Amino acid sequence: MISLPADEQRIVITGIGLTAPNGNDLGEFRESLLEGRSGVVPYEIRYVGKTLAGICQFDELRYQKRKEVRRGTRAGSVGIYCAQEAVKDSGVDWENTDRSRVGIYVGVTEHGNVETENEVYELKGYDYDTQFWSHHHNPRTVANNPAGEISLNMGITGPHYSIGAACAAGNAGLIQGAQMLRLGDCDLAICGGVSESVHTFGIFASFKSQGALAEHEDATRASRPFDVDRNGIVVAEGGCLYVLERFSDARKRGAKVYGELAGYAINSDASDFVLPNPDRQAQCVDLALQRAGLRPEQIDIVSTHATGTSSGDAQECAALRRVFETSDRTHFNNTKSFIGHAMGAAGSLELSGNLPAFHDRICHPTINVDELDPECAIDQLICGEPRELESVDYILNNSFGMLGINSAVIIKRM
Amino acid sequence: MTSEEIREVIIDILGDIAPDEELGDLKDEIAFRDQLELDSMDFLDIVMELRKRYRVQVPEEDYGELASMQSTVTYLEPKMQDVEKA
Repeated sequence: MISLPADEQRIVITGIGLTAPNGNDLGEFRESLLEGRSGVVPYEIRYVGKTLAGICQFDELRYQKRKEVRRGTRAGSVGIYCAQEAVKDSGVDWENTDRSRVGIYVGVTEHGNVETENEVYELKGYDYDTQFWSHHHNPRTVANNPAGEISLNMGITGPHYSIGAACAAGNAGLIQGAQMLRLGDCDLAICGGVSESVHTFGIFASFKSQGALAEHEDATRASRPFDVDRNGIVVAEGGCLYVLERFSDARKRGAKVYGELAGYAINSDASDFVLPNPDRQAQCVDLALQRAGLRPEQIDIVSTHATGTSSGDAQECAALRRVFETSDRTHFNNTKSFIGHAMGAAGSLELSGNLPAFHDRICHPTINVDELDPECAIDQLICGEPRELESVDYILNNSFGMLGINSAVIIKRM
Repeated sequence: MTSEEIREVIIDILGDIAPDEELGDLKDEIAFRDQLELDSMDFLDIVMELRKRYRVQVPEEDYGELASMQSTVTYLEPKMQDVEKA
């Protein structure tokens, strides 16, 4: 039996700021997930041409001047919007917060591709003469850019950096924030993940070359994890950053609490560049459960990672069947079916859309499953319509990524 | 390009790199930095735009000549006298 941590070691979520292709705050996002509203639209990008993507429509100028938007990156703007919204949502007395005790930990799948592609494209017009290469290239492409732009925008002087963790980055950012709070490195962590990946043609072209880019005549039906006719990933942009605090601090200021980080795990497949490994995924989920002191049947909702690829979805389902075979209480859903794959933001966005279930007890569905692939058949996969559950005490959020990185986060109702 | 045309070019460049600023009231004899929120990266933008648009080179040792509109126009006049305004 795991002993309960002291309040100073208990980490809680007190603020959420997000932008998703189908919502620019938690309320809108949750409503879209319950009403089956997709955020995937037809999209065109240089060289690749017509494709599909999840595009965000948040107001960049709400927290940035036009000059800041021009100088920075899309990931930076996504990060700033989410961080500002999260702090506002947390109700923390920001004017009187010691900014040197705030840490920023932003998960990214990749960063710098967008800006590099743009510069090379521009340079072509100057016959590749590098005297026309922008002095903005380096500050835009350093790996800490999204976190650094948040620091600059909000005057935060504590630590800031990005966490490169492929498509597990949203969870990894959240975990990093919690760890730094536990270490006493900061008193308030702004953490999660962001993505600007829809602005790089390379990610579309690479998935296409891999045979893993989704196609469908109806954009809203293109992202279809678990469906027998799924044909790949819909790339999306977005962001979701959390305000995390120690429970002792949150309680002291009477903060509203979305949930407590009950357990987490990150491990590695060490088996393939792109193919997932269900054994390691199952081990990752098991480890998160073990650290939380929970049995599988105590998890009410599992937010799956499934991206809509033929092998990836089946592999994750194999891992989940293994871990949850004894549980008739656990329900499964998927957010990518609504918004596509938000890459570095996926983990944190997908978790956030499930958190309101602690209060409304509704498990949002997976959409676009017309015919369930038998290889993806898991009991209690919620397809098509939301389902009201008896109670929701624990939510587990899976996020996996290339090079074999697996992550699982468990949040407990407070 | 006349001095007035060079001034218009600089205003156009400033409009791109400092889109939040009101440039109508800019005083030519007062330093840009005393009237606008410009930093070193913005001055590099001015240099880069002159290079891109008109192939005009401003060597690093001359950056100080771009302090105000007046000094900028005076500095660029001989360099841009044979350049056509785009």
